[in-house]
Amino acid sequence: MSKVAAIIERCQALYEDLDFKAVQEWKNAAPKRKVVGYMPVYVPREIAHAAGILSVGILGGGDQLEVIQGDAYYQSYICRIPRSTIELGLTGKLDGFDGMLFPSICDVIRNLSGMWQILFKDKYVRYFDVPQNYEDNIGGTYYVHELEILRDDLAKLAGVEITNEKINRSIEVFNENRRVIRELYAYRAAKPWQAPTTEIYLLQRAGMVLPVEEHTQLLRDYLAATEAEPRQMRDNARVVINGTFCEQPPLNLIKSIEMAGCYVVDDDFMLVTRWLLDDVPSDGDALDNLSKAFLHHSASTSAKYETKREEKGQFLLQQVTERRAEGVVFACPSFCDPALLERPMLQDVLSAHGVPHTAFKYAENTGQMAPIREQAGTFADSIKLWSAA
Amino acid sequence: MTTPATAAMPASSKKPQVQKEDAMWLQKELINRNYQELATAHERGKKISATFVPGNLNELLMCFDFARSLPETNQLQNGMRKKSGKFIMDAERDGQSEDVCTYVKSDLGMMLNGQVGPTGDPLPRPDLLLLSYTGCFTFMKWFELIRQKFGGETVMLHVPYQGDGKINPNMRDYVVKQLKETVIPALEKVSGVKFDIDRLRQYMRESAKAEEDLVAVLQSAKNRPSPIDGYFGGVYYIGPIFTAFRGTPDASKFYGMLRSEIEQRVRDGKGPITPDGEMTSERYRLVVEGPPNWTSFRDFWKMFYEDGAVVVTSTYAKVGGLYDFGFRHDPDRPLESLAEYCMGCYTNLNLPQRIDMICKYIEEYQADGLLINSIKSCNSFSAGQLLILREVEKRTGKPAAFIETDLVDPRYFSAANVKNRLESYFQMIEQKRAAQH
Ligand code: SF4
Ligand code: SF4
Repeated sequence: MSKVAAIIERCQALYEDLDFKAVQEWKNAAPKRKVVGYMPVYVPREIAHAAGILSVGILGGGDQLEVIQGDAYYQSYICRIPRSTIELGLTGKLDGFDGMLFPSICDVIRNLSGMWQILFKDKYVRYFDVPQNYEDNIGGTYYVHELEILRDDLAKLAGVEITNEKINRSIEVFNENRRVIRELYAYRAAKPWQAPTTEIYLLQRAGMVLPVEEHTQLLRDYLAATEAEPRQMRDNARVVINGTFCEQPPLNLIKSIEMAGCYVVDDDFMLVTRWLLDDVPSDGDALDNLSKAFLHHSASTSAKYETKREEKGQFLLQQVTERRAEGVVFACPSFCDPALLERPMLQDVLSAHGVPHTAFKYAENTGQMAPIREQAGTFADSIKLWSAA
Repeated sequence: MTTPATAAMPASSKKPQVQKEDAMWLQKELINRNYQELATAHERGKKISATFVPGNLNELLMCFDFARSLPETNQLQNGMRKKSGKFIMDAERDGQSEDVCTYVKSDLGMMLNGQVGPTGDPLPRPDLLLLSYTGCFTFMKWFELIRQKFGGETVMLHVPYQGDGKINPNMRDYVVKQLKETVIPALEKVSGVKFDIDRLRQYMRESAKAEEDLVAVLQSAKNRPSPIDGYFGGVYYIGPIFTAFRGTPDASKFYGMLRSEIEQRVRDGKGPITPDGEMTSERYRLVVEGPPNWTSFRDFWKMFYEDGAVVVTSTYAKVGGLYDFGFRHDPDRPLESLAEYCMGCYTNLNLPQRIDMICKYIEEYQADGLLINSIKSCNSFSAGQLLILREVEKRTGKPAAFIETDLVDPRYFSAANVKNRLESYFQMIEQKRAAQH
């Protein structure tokens, strides 16, 4: 087996492991280790890391989990991720977790935080509210205080003190991880045939469960290994995927888009790893630095307010330009208000700039890929025709 | 959103009480007058603000002489007038997904159809979209969408959620600071009017008066029989105070009048007024969670009163302010009090708080059980309602039932379905009673 294949096989096994065995193994490896889960889109993982806590991204059950109990908690017109997450909880798959963080992204996740408080009374649960006001002395002050609460709660959970210095060290560790991920994304955009998105996706998923240091190393190994294994270049259309920031598309859907003739050159998968756009200073007041990074240097997504009309779509446009993308594929979870309400605004901006786009919906357990493959194929063909003309 | 209100009470076929007539007349006049004020605002040199019902800063907006539009109220009015179906489809044709909140689509559809409001008066584009972000994330997208399509300035008031079931000082300070440093300067800039805190205090004084009377009206349902319906009738009671009138002497007058009329009904031992006249036999007392359906509002209500079911209280009557546990706008701490108001609206409470509140209502209003009207459009209300149902049943031992409709999309109201569910629910209550005797 090639080196790349071995790395991807490992990631695939982590992705398929809905019992979080790797997490359990990490936990069992030393006494008193603690684990907290977090939902998409963003939580400051540095703080958990500074307490020695492993933070684990919970991204629903995908298409491998049969949801039985979870369906009894949600009406048919609510997206799937909360029901499969509840299923994971009720079937004991998250028993090894000591807590859960629910970021403020939408009303479904917000309300799920309260459901978790009721259903899992012995666990630490926090709804992590982030500011929609980006002034340092307003939203920043509020956010630093929220970070302090989280820091104190996690310190208590872990039974350690979380000093400023410890957080600064963790910031460095995460800066390193973010740097390698930026490198990985730049590499894919430069040579998409060498780094297919199914692989990038699995590598990123591995980052949801592995300790960050291990993940950083894994990405380095992958970059070296794939560069050493030349693959065939195709005449594919270069696209950005948008809308996938929360409930995840099935892996087959990503495969289908690629097989239909698209090179994905940017996306919004697992934004937590790319939320902060630059290195966060790792000296000085750590919480203040995390706050400033959040307020002034973070990714744009539907869950974040844009103060001016002119800002709308600029982040996506920049992705398109910098990655030399030829079009955008909007892939949004069914019943996802944040993604589906954002979409027309982004489409509007893209149209105004002559960027082609196409759109479809999915659920994490979508099984029928033929229509999506067909749509993505037609889109890729039209882009190629257009660029040939 | 969530929202209420300013629904005009359907006329009774029987001769209404004189006082009732007065309150109804006044309420209708208030609504119509507000639409006329909006229609003529620009001619009169006034600016128009749009803001959402939960956490609305009506007193503050009045300090800047804004004409005040409430998008959810406009859409529920359009729903009641059977206009929303077309608007929603127009918005979908314009690129909105079939999956998203229908209030948003109805609003966009209305704007696409030429800025005419529900009463037929022109409804000019707002000059300022005051995005007070209470209890629902969709609000944010709603105003971003309007801004994207039609222009206009937005100003954000981010109201933190009560994730821990309480308001901590950091949350309050954050809201106050935003009011001082972001919201008020933006209101001054757009309106050209300087902020006067004493004017705000005066409006808040009026608010507190009306709030006191509103609570008395809503709590009158603790009597047997209940003199009001706290959901269908409740919509009519909360109308003025949840919208453009809180803080006005008109609202105080309306609530004073309403309160004395209801107190008279209590003394007379009378039941609620329904569109078909007074309800004479009270067979079931229910607590309802979730907004009503507007497109078939009257038919929906009829399914209740025909069977002698009265809604003694509802969570929906608390979306634009939760007053029955003691909160009042406080002129002595104006900005802090506005912050607490915003954070205290019903959909800003966490799930355990919502469950506690419902259980308390069931006990205090001696209700037979809980009915949830789950709204397809509204994740803010709906996500988690099935757990609310289970928990409330478990804690109170009272039967609970679940129906599904939508706010303003007529495609999602199935009368036969709802009626069947309600009837089996009423039977369930009967069985429970029989088993207890
Ligand atoms: S998929 Fe969309 S609606 Fe569902 S939880 Fe995620 S952000 Fe919320
Ligand atoms: S989702 Fe609900 S609360 Fe939010 S705007 Fe729509 S109806 Fe209102």
